[in-house]
Amino acid sequence: MTSTTPRHAPAPDVSARPPAVRLRGAALSFGQRTLWEGLDLDVRPGEFLAVLGPNGSGKTSLLKVLLGLQPLTAGTATVDGRPVTRGSRSLGYIPQQKSFPPETPLRARDLVGLGVDGHRWGLRTRGRAYRERVDRLLRDVGAEAYADAPVGLLSGGEQQRLRAAQALATEPTVLLCDEPLLSLDLNHQQAVSSLINRQCHERNSAVVFVTHEINPVIDYVDRVLYLAGGRFRVGAPADVMTSEVLSDLYDSPVEVLHSNGRIVVVGLPDATTHHHEGA
Amino acid sequence: MDFSEIVGAVFTFDNYAQLLPLVRNSLIAGAVLGLLGGLIGTFVMMRDLAFAVHGIAELSFAGAAFALLVGANVVAGSLVGSVLAALVLGLMGMRARDQNSIIGVVMPFGLGLGILFLALYEGRAANKFGLLTGQIVSVDDVQLNLLVGCAVVVILALAAIWRPLTFASADADLAEARGVPVRALSILFMVLLGISVALSIQVVGALLVLALLITPAAAALKVTAAPGLVVVLSVLFACTSVVGGILLALGGRIPISPYVTTISFVIYLVCRLVGARRTRRGSRRPGASSAEPVAAPAGG
Repeated sequence: MTSTTPRHAPAPDVSARPPAVRLRGAALSFGQRTLWEGLDLDVRPGEFLAVLGPNGSGKTSLLKVLLGLQPLTAGTATVDGRPVTRGSRSLGYIPQQKSFPPETPLRARDLVGLGVDGHRWGLRTRGRAYRERVDRLLRDVGAEAYADAPVGLLSGGEQQRLRAAQALATEPTVLLCDEPLLSLDLNHQQAVSSLINRQCHERNSAVVFVTHEINPVIDYVDRVLYLAGGRFRVGAPADVMTSEVLSDLYDSPVEVLHSNGRIVVVGLPDATTHHHEGA
Repeated sequence: MDFSEIVGAVFTFDNYAQLLPLVRNSLIAGAVLGLLGGLIGTFVMMRDLAFAVHGIAELSFAGAAFALLVGANVVAGSLVGSVLAALVLGLMGMRARDQNSIIGVVMPFGLGLGILFLALYEGRAANKFGLLTGQIVSVDDVQLNLLVGCAVVVILALAAIWRPLTFASADADLAEARGVPVRALSILFMVLLGISVALSIQVVGALLVLALLITPAAAALKVTAAPGLVVVLSVLFACTSVVGGILLALGGRIPISPYVTTISFVIYLVCRLVGARRTRRGSRRPGASSAEPVAAPAGG
């Protein structure tokens, strides 16, 4: 078996590809309130971008823009070199955990299967290729044990793994994650975030990861987009997650402490958002 | 009326063999509607539209009553009423909660209109009652053709949108992210539902339409989560209820709807009992609480 995929750094030709996500002069306002403006951003294939910021700073709206569900007030947005459309097969999307009703008529494998061909018209003529694809995805996310269990009876963490498998089914160019770890226990947080990391750094998907809490993914993040108070800052975590930068963004004294490879932010005006730890 | 007379009215099987050929059309119609109800019911349950079905049925009743009053085709009137109602619901509210309040407002209005039209109607009283409680006594060939034709169109349309509709019904946000036209599917489904309601009303009546469009699918969902099996069971339950109801009603002299609703209800009860065991087993499923992290990432 010949190994062609590099294990760590993206191959040289990858950087020559167009950015997976490109925003130019992007602005979003609702009525009088401007969430952000003048946002220029490129996310390369194989790059993990964490989007941080307080509630209402427009993190989720940014994902909606990329999903084509929210038009920009100004500027342009492209995904995979093309202007965003309402939904796309180049995109994988992992939303916040939301439980399925107990009587949803789907097993774990059916939910993952919807990611494989749920957008196609007509009935599925059950092919072997489909079954193998679903089995492989279930194996990738470690969900074989409950492959045939009804989704409505699974725990939140188990459901979230299936959502990850579903999002990865099309080998998306861009993986959009909206607080995917929220309300998961520590084990499942680690499992889901390392899955997303593998998709990013081994399979070269660009990841845009919206979160309140950077610590569960701190080892994977390449760059941070910090949105606050109508402004933003982009850069490596070490450059953005500093007392000076955050104090400037929040326009009030904020202290950033580094401890054991984790980042603790103290004195946020919006104090409820940063203090829940992973577990 | 003493007990034996009641039993005689409910179950009489004298001359059964001679009666059977007379209801051949009704039986075919019943089987087709069972198939339709079982198929569409699965999506009704997934999309949490039980109350919408009830609301559409009342407006369908108003449409049928109006047709009766002006001497038009009752099935056509019923179709117009329910498709209009379904379209309004589909266009106005996407979420179940919004829809419920709209239905709650529109439903009594429709029922009131229907009662007004029936009060003005001076024809046979049996026609009036039949719209509310079912009237599949004699289905002539023209009616049968209309019914089967509409049902075939709905079933084909449903088959064409089956997968994206399943995706959109299971998780609308994810389906939309993947480019599934969630809103268009929702409106199209409401139209298909409207047609199905109007057709079902011809058998079980406006008040009992839930027995055909909800109960069989709800029963199937109690015993399995495998999508294919849910559909097969749902269709099987619906067909058993309607065809069984017609066959039983043949002997007695009461309408068929009590038979249909009772069979359908008994099936549901049995499924609930079976399902209670399954859910308990499911929660003790081995590995239910296992959360072993996947292999450590190689990169990053």
